[in-house]
Amino acid sequence: MNANLAALLYLVSGILFILALRGLSSPATSRQGNRFGMIGMAIAVVTTLALRPPSSGLSWLLIILGFAIGGGIGAWRARTIQMTAMPQLVAMFHSLVGLAAVLVAAGAFYAPEAFGIEEGDIIHPASTIEMSLGLAIGAITFTGSIIAFLKLDGRMSGTPILLPQRHVVNGGLGVALVLLIALFYATQSPLCFWLIALDSLALGVLLIIPIGGADMPVVISMLNSYSGWAAAGIGFTLGNLALIITGALVGSSGAILSYIMCKGMNRSFISVILGGWGGEVAASAHAAETRPVKQGSAEDAAFMMKNASKVIIVPGYGMAVAQAQHSLREMADLLKKDGVEVKYAIHPVAGRMPGHMNVLLAEADVPYDQLEEMDEANQEFGRTDVSLVIGANDVTNPAAKTDPKSPIYGMPVLDVDKAKTVLFVKRGMGSGYAGVENELFFRDNTLMLFGDAKKMTDAIVKALQH
Amino acid sequence: MDNLDTAIEKLRAAAAAAREAAEAAQAYSDQLATAGAAASGGAIDPFVFRLAIFALAVFVGYYVVWSVTPALHTPLMSETNAISSVIVVGALLSVGVAATDSGSIFARFVGFIALILASVNIFGGFLVTERMLAMYKKKG
Repeated sequence: MNANLAALLYLVSGILFILALRGLSSPATSRQGNRFGMIGMAIAVVTTLALRPPSSGLSWLLIILGFAIGGGIGAWRARTIQMTAMPQLVAMFHSLVGLAAVLVAAGAFYAPEAFGIEEGDIIHPASTIEMSLGLAIGAITFTGSIIAFLKLDGRMSGTPILLPQRHVVNGGLGVALVLLIALFYATQSPLCFWLIALDSLALGVLLIIPIGGADMPVVISMLNSYSGWAAAGIGFTLGNLALIITGALVGSSGAILSYIMCKGMNRSFISVILGGWGGEVAASAHAAETRPVKQGSAEDAAFMMKNASKVIIVPGYGMAVAQAQHSLREMADLLKKDGVEVKYAIHPVAGRMPGHMNVLLAEADVPYDQLEEMDEANQEFGRTDVSLVIGANDVTNPAAKTDPKSPIYGMPVLDVDKAKTVLFVKRGMGSGYAGVENELFFRDNTLMLFGDAKKMTDAIVKALQH
Repeated sequence: MDNLDTAIEKLRAAAAAAREAAEAAQAYSDQLATAGAAASGGAIDPFVFRLAIFALAVFVGYYVVWSVTPALHTPLMSETNAISSVIVVGALLSVGVAATDSGSIFARFVGFIALILASVNIFGGFLVTERMLAMYKKKG
């Protein structure tokens, strides 16, 4: 196959990837979009094999073996992963893209002939810059995602690790990285290549460890973006249109998601990536509250909701941890049978990654047209009899609107307090992620339901059945 | 036996037709490339051309991603994950290195590892997206 036809086919596969993302604009077209993505990937693989056929039988064997091993592992993970563990899986996948970028850069550096980037005895000078960018971003993505994975998976504490002088260290590593890339451009020495890799691997770890567990939705989106830029860097090295287009798509996609997550938490992107916020407020959380609260039982909750005409459920990550989504749907079905209108209000940062809560509810067979976004839901709370907050806290805290001293001031919240009655399902009186007291607990029209989210929902279901 | 022979004959004809089509496609794309080069006077460095595509793709990505419904942000992430493993093309080049090339053993080794990682991502990413999307059903 000649290079021009190959370039056009890579362009086709890039366009199919655009259509794949385009399909996600609505659940109805999304599966077709995913097919487009698969076809695009198949075209890219076949084109590469036809353009530069592997040199020997051994190469073919390794290629088939590589696809079989990797494909087997991938398919197995995709089928068995719990939906609550999606953020970990995605973080893991990001790290794989990062490491693959590092390895491809290494392959291109040691065997430039195979990639067609040699120029006499040396590598095309422009390629060294692109290669080192792909290498550096790939390495940062790799170690950064590993740390994010460990934090999300609970194998590493979610509390920020704040090293002394960390900004100086990171700044130093950043400057060193730029110098090394310049040096690599000038000398093309293998030592420089590996120093760039080491520097970036260290930077990836140091950038992510100071970021607290609550900020993980931003981190995971940011690493998504990085993995895209790494792919684009390699795409420039190889002069491959499919890679360049995909890298640009993924890079901007991750950047937009980071922006949406930051806005949902009213944090500036800079303050998140520099870390340190979670540590300060955790200390102020110990101001013990002794005001009385009204406490209710599952039967009270069932009675109130049964006699309501409209109920809005506000699920949070606590609901997902307790695996209460199936019982919750059962409860909603029973209420609907009694003629109660039931809706779910989803805060943009509910869950551990963008859109996480929607997937968890979809898994429990909640129809997606009953899910409402924050703006929509906030218009409806005034006409609502009962809002049931389950496993969420900070995203309902009115202090975000009224108290300029509060750490979450300015964060957009769900106006659950506009409903006639607010039911809070909580394990205890502890404060949320942000460590901020929620004054809704002490209001007259609030009823606290203390207990595990799943057990409480099951008890409400039981009470409704009587 | 006759049937088999005609079947084989038909297959051969089909293969020949496919080859012709492929050759025609190559000829067309060559013409296109020549025309493109002629239009630009052949003076534009390929890097500039790639940079242009990159910049445009960033904008396309920006608008396409803003149109994604927030309910599908998690599948969006796994989908972007899957498509960014198109980096597999680099891994394939590295594995397919000719034995006479310098550094071929090393390149083949890192290429093989990269190929495994990328295929975990390709299969895992597309299949888990498919699994999630299948859950989004519209009901009464």
